[in-house]
Amino acid sequence: MQLIPHKLNLHFLRYGKICIGLSIAILIGCVVSLAMRGLNYGLDFTGGTVIELRYAQAVEIPQVREALAKAGFADAQTQYIGSASEVLIRVPPHAGENSAGLSNKVLEALSANGTARPEVRKVEFVGPQVGDELVQSGSLAMVFATVGILIYIAMRFEWRLAVGAIAATVHDVVFCIGVFSVFQIEFDLTSLAALLAVIGYSVNDTVVIFDRIREDFRKLRKTPAEEVINTAINDTLARTIMTSMTTLLAVVVLYVWGGGAIHNFALIMIIGVLIGTYSSIYIASASALYLGLSREDLLPKAKEELDAMP
Amino acid sequence: MNQFAWWKNLLIALACVIGVLYALPNLYGEDPAVQISATRSANVDTALLGRVQTELDNAGLKPKAAELANGRLLVRFTDTDEQLKAADRVGQLLGNDYVVALNLAPSTPAWLRSLDAAPMFLGLDLRGGVHFLMEVDMKAVIHQLEERYAEDVRTLLRSEKVRYAAVGRSNGGIKVKFREAADKTAAEAVIRDKLQALVPVADDDPLELSFTFSEREINEKKQFALAQNITTLRNRVNELGVAEPVIQQQGDSRIVVQLPGVQDTARAKEILGATATLEFRLVDETGNVAAAAQGQVPVNDKLYHERNGRPILLERRVILTGDYITDASSGIDQQSGGSAVYINLDGKGANRMEDATKDAIGKLMAVVYIENKTETKMVDGQAQKVSSTVEEVINVARIRDRLGARFQITGLDNPQEARNLALLLRAGALAAPIQIVEERTVGPSAGKENIEQGFNSSIVGFIVVALFMIISYRVCGAISAIALAVNVVLIVAALSLLQATLTLPGIAGIVLTMGMAVDANVLIYERLREELRLGLSPQAAIQAGFSRAFATILDANVTHLISGIAMFALGSGPVKGFAVTLIIGILTSMFTAVTVSRALVNFIYGGRKVERISV
Repeated sequence: MQLIPHKLNLHFLRYGKICIGLSIAILIGCVVSLAMRGLNYGLDFTGGTVIELRYAQAVEIPQVREALAKAGFADAQTQYIGSASEVLIRVPPHAGENSAGLSNKVLEALSANGTARPEVRKVEFVGPQVGDELVQSGSLAMVFATVGILIYIAMRFEWRLAVGAIAATVHDVVFCIGVFSVFQIEFDLTSLAALLAVIGYSVNDTVVIFDRIREDFRKLRKTPAEEVINTAINDTLARTIMTSMTTLLAVVVLYVWGGGAIHNFALIMIIGVLIGTYSSIYIASASALYLGLSREDLLPKAKEELDAMP
Repeated sequence: MNQFAWWKNLLIALACVIGVLYALPNLYGEDPAVQISATRSANVDTALLGRVQTELDNAGLKPKAAELANGRLLVRFTDTDEQLKAADRVGQLLGNDYVVALNLAPSTPAWLRSLDAAPMFLGLDLRGGVHFLMEVDMKAVIHQLEERYAEDVRTLLRSEKVRYAAVGRSNGGIKVKFREAADKTAAEAVIRDKLQALVPVADDDPLELSFTFSEREINEKKQFALAQNITTLRNRVNELGVAEPVIQQQGDSRIVVQLPGVQDTARAKEILGATATLEFRLVDETGNVAAAAQGQVPVNDKLYHERNGRPILLERRVILTGDYITDASSGIDQQSGGSAVYINLDGKGANRMEDATKDAIGKLMAVVYIENKTETKMVDGQAQKVSSTVEEVINVARIRDRLGARFQITGLDNPQEARNLALLLRAGALAAPIQIVEERTVGPSAGKENIEQGFNSSIVGFIVVALFMIISYRVCGAISAIALAVNVVLIVAALSLLQATLTLPGIAGIVLTMGMAVDANVLIYERLREELRLGLSPQAAIQAGFSRAFATILDANVTHLISGIAMFALGSGPVKGFAVTLIIGILTSMFTAVTVSRALVNFIYGGRKVERISV
């Protein structure tokens, strides 16, 4: 079954400028949201304690709060997760408290209030110094990945294409972070892993189109650059859509069946796959074109000459 | 055309068979088991096996199997009930010389084990347990260094007969004061000669010498403190009875401790973080305690407080520290009925104790309980570490006779405290206080759920992607589905072989890899369709499709690999777990999507006349 008819010949780049304009507008929106609202950082980055408890039967949140307040944790946030017998308690970094012992105190307080002792599902404590380091190493990984890819593409292809690929990648990452900022979805270490995966996906998608652009430039010698790029995008369209579909299917499965711990991971990936597909067509290829990519830039190097002319 | 040489097919088949072999152990479940290892001089041998078996027989417990391997005894059971009962009985039987821990032992059949095949190593988020990241207080290390060198300088100057006014610690170094300039010059020469680790620093005062420590000395001491702490933590973890603990250095001041299956995290934290040790000192019975409490402490004394808050004067000289203790156990004091700790000293310690007590019969001796605590306090919104030392006199007793290698101390509040103190004395003291800077605990039920969800999403992910490929590319799609299955087997085999830790984000990585691994097949098939449209014969199209797509596949995978490596190198926790499976998945998918699919395509279409290809 052929999902995408092979001679669609859509004129993608006709909307190139509009799309880049639109993307820039959206990205500005994302940056503004980041500046105004910031990210809802999870425990990994802020430090503090998160405790997940499961009671034998349904429990009242106010009751839990009261018990916590009595023990000196008035600033703790309590919420249900999943059902009325499962509770998530967040305690911000505490003043004058031996931080690692804090979860013990919380548990003692909750066992003392008359209800049956809850089962501990999860305890996470992150000290403030660790949180800072995680942010640093995470950001560094992102920079390292981006620069590495930039160098590889510049070497294998051409600098305009490398810049286009990076523009698309940055576009996708900022967009994903923007969504997390606008909707104030919790951003934790797993989300960061997802962002890095989005970088990988986005570049993967882009490189395939670039490969075709290079090939078509060598094949269609008299055709103007814009048309060549457009042909390349059309030639690879079936593959772009197919791969986006299989990847999307996989991450939707993760979102539905993977459980709470990787919910945000799957969510970022879903957004990333959709936006990554769009950006490899409109941002990566179009910006390479507007940077002045021409046939001469992609002339086959001596050894590849035979290959390019079948 | 389109036929692989026989050896090529053989190699591919061989790779697949090896993959299946090493992935196989993951299909066998785990047995609840009791693991017995020796702590000190005790031996794990067939005699022990016999003892354990008799004890289990007496208790009416039927182990499934018992084996001696890697210096430990593993007894397998059919259910957890029997396992718990057995652990209890065996624990009582063997006492302090052995560690009896609960374990889940993989029930990999012997023929697979002979190939060194083992199931994947599951992360704590999948099996449940505690992860601690601990930081060694390096400020305290420097502090200890200052104190030690101040003492060394005093001893040195005394033995060289150089007079000095005072030796004290200064910030990150030491300071020596003199009364005459001649003494200063003499001291300078002596110290330069004998204490090379001290580096002189400029000091304007003509009657003063200042030193800092050489870079080498500081680094050495820091490394020593870290290594010593790791050893101590390992001893303590052994005392806790954990089956497969991980205790590793991370960076230059941190230690990772992972305790799979530990539920009582409160006790684990208490034991791991405790820095309690003991000191024995004589009581200065002539000193004026009231005046000392006002601040006038006699020169050779130090003011302490008992547990009830009463001040007491002890001699500055320490008879003995906890370092000389070889064994300690807790129990009940026969006379008072209170909790007691029974202590054994090594030869050197016993000599010191004898020397000190033979001249002090009739005098009072105090046992000082010392605990270092490091707390993080928020000062003006900034986290600051505050170290404090609790020094309490837990016991004062009159020396009735010369003390030797064995004696008991009393004065502890309750049996639990006696037990903990005995454990800490056995395991040794921490060289420097440590602080838990990160904790992640996953309960057993949560771990089980994580595995289930991960497993289910992998299965569903595979089915969905495979179906989609079959619908889109028919026979060729089915080929890529088979290649995908081989890919998953290879990923599992690689993870098992490398014993890399599989975490929940790692499973997410596998599912994501499934979605992206077929990309190579998509590229090949789209190319194949294109070549067919251009009018190439089916055989030529297969040839062209595979070879033209390869360069693209390589570029796409290398860039993907770059981001994976960045994650692995710089990420931590979930990022790293994800990166591991992603990297392995990219590598194996290159093999399966290109080589394995090609072999299958060749098998179906190669070497004969083909009218059309089902793609």
